[in-house]
Amino acid sequence: MEHSPPGRNSQLAEENLVSRRPAIRRTLAGAVVTALALAVAACGGDDAATSAAQPDALNPSADLKTQKLTVSNWDAYMPEDLPAKFEQKVGSKVTVTKHATNEEVMAKLTAGGDSGIDVAFVSGPFAQALAEQGLTEPIHPELIPNLSNLYPEAAQLAYDPGNKFSVPYTWGTTGLCYRSDLTGYDPDSWNDLLTPKPELAKKITMLQTDRWLMLPAQKALGYSANTKNADEMAKVKEKLLAAKPGLLAFDDTTFYERLVSGEAALVEAWDGWCNYGITDNAKIKFTVPKEGSDLFVDTMVILKTSKNKEAAHAFINYILDPEIHSWAVENILYKVPNKAAMEKLDPALATKYPNLGITPAELMKQETLVDLGEAATDYSRIVTEVAAS
Amino acid sequence: MRRLGERFTLLGPGLAYLTALMVVPLVLVLSYSIFQRGRFGGLVHEPTGENFARLFDPLYLDVLVTSVKLAGVTTVLALLLGYPTAYAITKLPPKWKTVALIALVLPFWTNFLIRTYAWIVLLSPAGLVNDALTGWGLIDEPLQLLYRRPAIVAGLLYAYLPLMVLPLCAALERMDDELLEAAANLGARPARAFLSVTLPLSLPAVITGCVFVFVPSIGNFVVPELLGGGQTAMVGNLVRDQFLKARDWPFGATLALAVVAMLVVLLMLQAWSARRLQGGRDA
Repeated sequence: MEHSPPGRNSQLAEENLVSRRPAIRRTLAGAVVTALALAVAACGGDDAATSAAQPDALNPSADLKTQKLTVSNWDAYMPEDLPAKFEQKVGSKVTVTKHATNEEVMAKLTAGGDSGIDVAFVSGPFAQALAEQGLTEPIHPELIPNLSNLYPEAAQLAYDPGNKFSVPYTWGTTGLCYRSDLTGYDPDSWNDLLTPKPELAKKITMLQTDRWLMLPAQKALGYSANTKNADEMAKVKEKLLAAKPGLLAFDDTTFYERLVSGEAALVEAWDGWCNYGITDNAKIKFTVPKEGSDLFVDTMVILKTSKNKEAAHAFINYILDPEIHSWAVENILYKVPNKAAMEKLDPALATKYPNLGITPAELMKQETLVDLGEAATDYSRIVTEVAAS
Repeated sequence: MRRLGERFTLLGPGLAYLTALMVVPLVLVLSYSIFQRGRFGGLVHEPTGENFARLFDPLYLDVLVTSVKLAGVTTVLALLLGYPTAYAITKLPPKWKTVALIALVLPFWTNFLIRTYAWIVLLSPAGLVNDALTGWGLIDEPLQLLYRRPAIVAGLLYAYLPLMVLPLCAALERMDDELLEAAANLGARPARAFLSVTLPLSLPAVITGCVFVFVPSIGNFVVPELLGGGQTAMVGNLVRDQFLKARDWPFGATLALAVVAMLVVLLMLQAWSARRLQGGRDA
């Protein structure tokens, strides 16, 4: 999943080229990661097929000043000064390492041995995969009193009901992001994207990452976004192949800029990213198609190998502080599952970016993405077939 | 014995470097290709031949063919553009020669991705190229230049053209002018002298340049993604996707191996032809 934020503060108009274009980070890192994945595996990429881990006995009154944390997160996904503030408040020193993609950090975490990472930010399905391998420490709720700030819905996510091994950081959905002045109407269906009106041909982009490339066709056909059924997958492929000639591009990173420039009129977009377009052009709108969509979540997990689990819990607790958690909404324009944080926001923000007003209940109507396991290969094959057609 | 020891002292660092950073990774890639994929990436250590069988799946063969075509067109264009450029550079006065060579290498100082993004700015419907064409009244509607295969070729050509020009410059520079004088004395016009003397002598460099351009072109996955709009898959994309998206390291390794094998054959052909050309000159 590639919905990491595009810049330090997307509300700033004077952002430089690099921070506006996450693909630079992403693709560069992608190149490094391929090499890294190989190297990492060389040092023992055996599969630990252990079941879910038993919780460790943790000491609630441990001296946090003696613990040091290493946190892996997407670039610019939390405040720059957070480590310093956390150390001041709690006493533990925090080192932040950055990853560009889930896959990059997964390569480190699943390579066997101690990655040195205590807390990792990954998307829901990846947290699920880690937990199934016994690589995560079960969350000790008594050490995270701020869990009570979260919406009740935040504990009902399909990949981890009850937040047993992960705590959600941001959540959102995927939909249609469009310029009504260019489309001339308000699209409300995935078919507006897949079988566009003739005048919109070649003015449409779709997301490129497997899950979201498949999503519009899956939902338009009434299937699950997590389907593994071979017949359904075949129909999804047909629909995508038929849609390809109408597309301008598959684009994960610059689609909102294409809307701003008018090169595209209608794009498939993550809600938070559509907001980056709205920042530059208030005529851009976001809608969740009537056939439904996905619910994607970026979460925090504590690694089983961490020797600083008390501090790790304190860190997650600190993130869930409304003052801290609201930063993500104000700066990266993503929704957070934190009721207290959402309620302290300036209402003007949700007026300017209406999709920040999507309620948890509305989000829960969408389908939560879960790990595909073996079927990831089938998804990837279809994506290759569509790209190669 | 002393000489042998000396040789090893001199060879040692290079050998160690090559072993650690090329032989070992290659052996690893090879060993990956015979195992099955783990659910979250990684390997299940049960041997299988399936990865190699999958190589011959029409889908992946098609991607390989597309890659060879795109890299091939890029190489031919690089030669057509690069040869005259290299020739002209060697004919410059020494001072300007240095300037030209620096200008040629200068773009390498900028990040490759930034330069590729610059092409998006150039080729987009509201970009400089379309602006200029509509401004001069040559076209009414902006052309769709991006997200087509020619855009990929343009990006690759731009990226790797210097790798064609530099070896050609070196070869043409080394050429003995007396050979051309001899040709002239024997009655050859400049065109004839070029075809009979300069061109054959620079052929090894032509082949080297072609390999230098073809090899990175076929493995590139950034250009097809950015300038091709993700609508054309090249083998580099395929390998990357196996590791980072499909979590199928064994098949990714097998694909990588197939590309490596193809390139090894290419390099052997280059070495063989260079030796033949060289031999022909000495004879």
